[in-house]
Amino acid sequence: MQFRSRLESLMRNLLRKHEVDADLDEELESYTTMLADERVAGGICRSEARRSTLAELGGIEHIKQSVRDGRTGITFELLWQDGRFALRQLRKSPGFTITAVLTLTLAIGANAVVFGVLNALVLRPLNVPQAESLFLIQHGSDSYPDYLDLRQRNRSFDDVAVFAIRQSGLDTGKDPSNVWQYETSGNYFDVLRIQPYFGRFFHASDEHGPNSAPYVVLSYAYWHNHFQDDRSVVGRVVRLNKHPFTILGVAPPGFQGTILFFASDIFVPIVNHDQLSGEKILNARESHWMFEMVGHLKPGVTPAQATADLNSVDSYLKRSYPKEEGSEPYALARPGLHGDYLNAPTRAFLTGLMLLSGLILLAACANLGSLFAARAADRSREVALRLALGSSRNRILRHLFTESVLLSLAGGVAGLVASIVLLRRLSVWQPFPRFPLHVPVSPDANVYLVALVLALVSGVLFGIVPVHQILQANPYEIVKAGSNGAFARRITVRDVLLIVQIAICAVLVTSSMVAVRGLMRSMRSKFGFDPRNTMLVDTDLSTAGYTGERVPAMQRRMIDALQAIPGVDSVGSVNWPPLEPPGGWQGMVYTDTTTDLSPSNAAADPYLYNVSPDYFRASGTSLLTGRAFTWHDDTNAPRVAVVNREFASKILGSIPDAVGRYFKLHDGARVRVVGLVEDGKYLNLTEGQKPAMFLPLLQSQASWTWLVVRSSRDSQELAAAMRSVLRDIDPGMVLAIRSWSTELGGALFPSRMATVSLGVLGMMGAMLSITGIFGMAAYSVSKRLKELGIRVALGAQRKEVLQAALGRAFKLLAIGSGVGLVLGLLATKVLAFIVYQATPRDPLVLAGVVLAMLLLGLVATWIPALRALSVNPLVLLHEE
Amino acid sequence: MSSNQTNLLQGTLDLLILKSLKTGELHGLGVSRRIDQITRGAFQVKPGSLFPALHRLEEAGWLTSFWGESENNRRARFYRLTKAGERQLGHETEEWQKIAAAMSHALKAT
Repeated sequence: MQFRSRLESLMRNLLRKHEVDADLDEELESYTTMLADERVAGGICRSEARRSTLAELGGIEHIKQSVRDGRTGITFELLWQDGRFALRQLRKSPGFTITAVLTLTLAIGANAVVFGVLNALVLRPLNVPQAESLFLIQHGSDSYPDYLDLRQRNRSFDDVAVFAIRQSGLDTGKDPSNVWQYETSGNYFDVLRIQPYFGRFFHASDEHGPNSAPYVVLSYAYWHNHFQDDRSVVGRVVRLNKHPFTILGVAPPGFQGTILFFASDIFVPIVNHDQLSGEKILNARESHWMFEMVGHLKPGVTPAQATADLNSVDSYLKRSYPKEEGSEPYALARPGLHGDYLNAPTRAFLTGLMLLSGLILLAACANLGSLFAARAADRSREVALRLALGSSRNRILRHLFTESVLLSLAGGVAGLVASIVLLRRLSVWQPFPRFPLHVPVSPDANVYLVALVLALVSGVLFGIVPVHQILQANPYEIVKAGSNGAFARRITVRDVLLIVQIAICAVLVTSSMVAVRGLMRSMRSKFGFDPRNTMLVDTDLSTAGYTGERVPAMQRRMIDALQAIPGVDSVGSVNWPPLEPPGGWQGMVYTDTTTDLSPSNAAADPYLYNVSPDYFRASGTSLLTGRAFTWHDDTNAPRVAVVNREFASKILGSIPDAVGRYFKLHDGARVRVVGLVEDGKYLNLTEGQKPAMFLPLLQSQASWTWLVVRSSRDSQELAAAMRSVLRDIDPGMVLAIRSWSTELGGALFPSRMATVSLGVLGMMGAMLSITGIFGMAAYSVSKRLKELGIRVALGAQRKEVLQAALGRAFKLLAIGSGVGLVLGLLATKVLAFIVYQATPRDPLVLAGVVLAMLLLGLVATWIPALRALSVNPLVLLHEE
Repeated sequence: MSSNQTNLLQGTLDLLILKSLKTGELHGLGVSRRIDQITRGAFQVKPGSLFPALHRLEEAGWLTSFWGESENNRRARFYRLTKAGERQLGHETEEWQKIAAAMSHALKAT
C-alpha cells in the first residue's frame, strides 16, 4: 500500500510537475488568505492584514522549498536541475569547456588505447578452451625427434603438440600465391581442444611416418577471403609447393594459431615438412627447428613439478645424445607471446606505457583543477551571494561536482570513441607487407569500463581542487571586499609542476622534430639504388620445383621474357634485395695473401648479392669504374666480382686501383674484382658504411630470386603485363609483384614508428602544457583583475597590462622550454639509433622548437590575455 | 510566541496531524487550529513544518486531499484520513502510550 502510494507520487511529481507546483501555490495562497480573513474579522483593514500575515509567515518561498524537498523523487529532480544548471554555466565559457573536454578526450583516449592493447596482449587469455592450464614449453629450440621423446617420456602433460612456421606456394588452380603455414603435429587441434568451423581437423591417427599426411586445414580468414565462404572446398585437392594436398576443413573464426600477433593462413601436418621444404630434417636430431611446444598440464600437476619432470627428460636426452642437444633448461610460460622471449618485454613495455598515460591523465587533472579553481575564484562573489541568501554549501559543492563530472563524462565518451576507432585500425594494421604480423587488439567491455571509471575518477579529482576555496569562503568578507587582492609571488608546487610539464613537452617536441627531419633526410638519402619506377617480383624457384641446372636457366628465361615487355627499360635479378627485412646474405672474405682460411683471419664479413648482368642498371646502382657482369661470367669463366667503395678501401686497400685486384672467398676461391659501384644501405638506414660484394648469378647460385624491373610505365599496368608473361612460362609458380617503394616500407618502419609515437607524445605534452599555462594564466588574471583595473585607470598601456597579467606565465614557459630544449637535444643521441641521421645541430629544428613553444604559449594565454585587456576600470571599481 | 513553546519532534507532529483528522476532514489552517485546541495551546504548528508534514503523509498514503469550500466560502485544500492512515494512527498511538508510560515511570523513580 505504502509502496504503491509512493510510486504514484513519484510518477506525479516527475511527470506532472507543473500541476503539482500550481496546487501547492494555490494551497498556500488560500492558507494566507484565510489567516488574513481572521485578522480582518478582528478589525484590521484587508491590506494591512495581508501584509502582517505574510511577514509572520517569514517567506512563502521558503515553505514551498521545504515541501518540495520532502517530495518523493527529489533526488532525480535535483540531479536534473543541477545538470541543466551546469550545462548553462559551461555554455557561458566555451573556451574553458572546449579546453577541458579536449584535454580529457586525449588523456582518457590515450589510457583507453594503452589499456586496450595491454588487455588484448597480456590480460586476456588465449582464445582456446581451458586456457588457464595451457602452457608453452620453452627450450630455445628443439628437433622433431626431441619433441617425440619429450611427448612420450614426460608425465606432466595430457599431451604435447608442436609447430613450426613456414611459407609455401599454394596453387588452388589459378594464380598461385604465397601462404604462411603452421606445420603442426597431428594432435595440435586435439591438444588445444578446439573444434573445426566445418569439415574436420587432422589428428595424430592421420600420421604414418614422413610425408604420410597430405592434408590442409584452412584458417577461417583465409577461407573467407580466398574461397568466398564456399563450403564445398572440403575434399578439394590443392597444390602446396607443387605437391597435392587435400583440404580437410576450416578452423573456427578467431583462431589463427597459438601466437597472438602472427596470423597463419593454413595448417599442415609437420610430418610432411620434408616434402614441402625439399630438406631432409624431420628425423635429424641435430636440426633444431621446432618453433613452440604447447600442452595442457594434467589436473593436480603444478608448473614447478612439470618443469622438473621436463628437465629430467632433458637430462636423459643429453646423456643419450650429448652432441646434438642444446644446453638451455626447460621452462614453462604463458602461450600467446612466444613465451618469455616476447612476453616479458611486451609486459614491461606496456606496463611502462600504462604508467606514463596514467601520469598524463593525472597531470591533466591537476591542470584542469587549477582551471576550475580560476573559475571558482571568478565566481566567488556569486557563490558568496548565494551563501548569504541561504543556499547551502552542500548545494554549491554539488553544482561544482556536477560540472566537473559532466565535463569528464563528455571527455570520457569522446576519448573512448576515439580509442575504439584507433584500436580497430590497429587490429587490421599490417606493418610489413610480406609478413602476416598484426596486433589483434579489438576493444571489449573491460576497455569501456576502464574508460568510464577513469572519466568519473578524473572528474571527481579535478572537481576537488576548488572545494577548499568554497568551504573557506566567508560570504560577508567577500561581498564586502571583493576577491582578495593578494596574489602569491613565491614559487609554488604548482609552478614547479608546470615547469616540469613544459620541459617534458619541449623535450618531446624537440625529439619529434629531430625525428621528422631525420625521416625526411632518409627519404632523400642515397640508398645505393633508386627505388623509383622499379617493380620487384619475389619468387622462390626451389618451392616451385626447380633444382640444379634448371634454376639459372629458368632465371634467365624469366629475365628475357620480362625484358621483351614494351616500355621496360632493364631487368635484373638479385637473390635478396638490399634493405629488405629481415636482412640479406653475408659471406666472409679474405685478402688475397691469406692462406689460413679460418674465421678469425677473415678480412671482413661483407653483404653478398648474387645478381644478373643487368641488375646494376635495373636497380639504378651506379657503376663507378670497370664493367658489370655478362652472361659469359659462368661456371667455365674465371670467378669475378663487383664490389662497393667501402669494400675496395677496406679489403683491397685502394679505391682507384680496386679493379683488377683479387680476394678470396670462404671456400678458397680466388675472385677478381671487375667493377666498382657506389656505396649504399644494405640492412637498415641507420647503419654506417658497410662493405658489399656482388657475384654473378651463374657462378654463385641461389634459388631465391627477386626480379628487378625498371620501367616508366604505370605500375598497375606493368604488374599485370609482368604477371601474364611469367604465367606463360610457368603457371604454377608463386609470384608476388610489388613496387620497390612499397617494399621499402619495412625498412623505413622503425623511423616512421619513432616519428609517429614521438609525434603523439609531443601532442600529449603540448596539450598538458597548454592546459597548464591556460589554467595558471586564467587564475592569475582573475585574481588580479582589480589590480589590473587600477593600473589601467592610472594610465598603463596595453603592453604593461599584459606584462603584469601574463609575465609570470611566460617566465615559466621560457624556463621550461629552455630546460626541455637542452634535454631534448641530449636525447637525440638515443634517437640516432632508430632514426637515420638524427642530429641536434640543425638550425631548422632549433627554430622550429622555439616557434612551437611560442605558439603554444600564445594559444594558452589567448583567452586570459583578452580578458586582461578588456578590463574596464570604471565597471570594476564601481562594483566595489 | 509563547515562551514555553515545546519543540515538536517529527514523529509527534505526524501523530498530532493524524489525530486531528480523526474526527473529520480539515484544511491546513484547520489542522493547525485543531492541534492548538486539542493540545490546549501547548503546540503551535508553523506552516513551515505543517505543509511539508501534510505532503509527506499524503505521499505515504495515510492522507488524501481534495479541493473544497471553507466555512467562509474560500477555496481550500482539505485533508482526510485514509484506511491506512487510520491503521497508522492506531499503531502510533499505541507506540506513544508505551513510551509515555515508560518515560513517566522513569521520571518518577527515585
